[in-house]
Amino acid sequence: MNRDAMNNPSDTSPRRAWLSLLAQAPRDLLATHAAPVIADHHFEWLRRPETGLTMVRARIANGGDRFNVGEATVTRCVVTHRPANGPATVGVGWVLGRDEARAEWVASLDALLQVPALHPVLSKAVLAPLAEALAARRAADSARADTSRVQFFTLQPEAS
Amino acid sequence: MNTSSLADLAPGLADPVHDAQRVFRRLLDAMSRPGRLQSLGAGVVHVNPPQGLGAATAAVLLTVADPDLRVWFSPNDHTEAQTAWLRFHTGARIVETAGEADWLVLSANDARPTVWSEAGIGTDEAPHTSATLLLEVPSLAAAPGLHLTGPGIEHRHSLDVGGVDTDFWEERRAREHHFPRGADLVLTCGPLLAALPRSTRIALED
Repeated sequence: MNRDAMNNPSDTSPRRAWLSLLAQAPRDLLATHAAPVIADHHFEWLRRPETGLTMVRARIANGGDRFNVGEATVTRCVVTHRPANGPATVGVGWVLGRDEARAEWVASLDALLQVPALHPVLSKAVLAPLAEALAARRAADSARADTSRVQFFTLQPEAS
Repeated sequence: MNTSSLADLAPGLADPVHDAQRVFRRLLDAMSRPGRLQSLGAGVVHVNPPQGLGAATAAVLLTVADPDLRVWFSPNDHTEAQTAWLRFHTGARIVETAGEADWLVLSANDARPTVWSEAGIGTDEAPHTSATLLLEVPSLAAAPGLHLTGPGIEHRHSLDVGGVDTDFWEERRAREHHFPRGADLVLTCGPLLAALPRSTRIALED
């Protein structure tokens, strides 16, 4: 979709990072952090939320041939935000599942995060707690997995 | 497509499912009652067309287009915005030449007689593979102008189409013997819509 930007990753990597973070954020966290911020701004629909299937693809060991993992249910939407001063921004929201409100929150936040005046405030108020929660969840997951780690030791045969 | 052009896109149908159903019904009525005017005004559909397209043209395109449909836009000042808009909302394939297209979007200035030979007319085995012309004209009224007869018209019907040369209609008449092959024509003017399917016979009134 964003072909020009993909050839120039330096331009989009912050946006890619925050979109990834927003898409992975659980619903209750988004509702507490995102919904109040969004309520102060006005958005227009460019594409209303729609739910469909998308093919998830991956590479073997992250570097081999591409293969289709399977289809996933995805909800997407696009909103336009026209700030009082400055150019209009377009926010895109894609989330796994059928939760239209989540997709709308992600799209709205994406649009607001592209406004230079709002970006620092929102990073602190929204992105930081979401990143913290995601890191905590990852740490908890790996800690739980770690308890079942099997260590294989091979004893050096004794010299006879 | 980058974000700055995305910000300039016109929105799609306000209520995609129901708006498209209403537009499709009007289009079906227009096709089955050739020359009869149908309105796609604010009471029927809410559409905010991109620059250079009328409300009815935009509503019809949003209704019929999907990723299988090949659409050709006659070159104009806003072609890029129009193709980006249709591609974003419907995923339609935009083709470079009129001959490959299923739907041809034209303004009255582009309604040259050669359009009839460029547009696909299907084959005798598969006449439904023909093209449809979507022509936006400056005026459209139920007044003397074209004299229409044929299926869907009990006796005769008059339709006045502004801004289109008589050559265009002469060429259309000259191609009536191709039936069942032939291209269908949908006329729009602002929110108004009328259709002249290939089965309709046209005579020029004076």
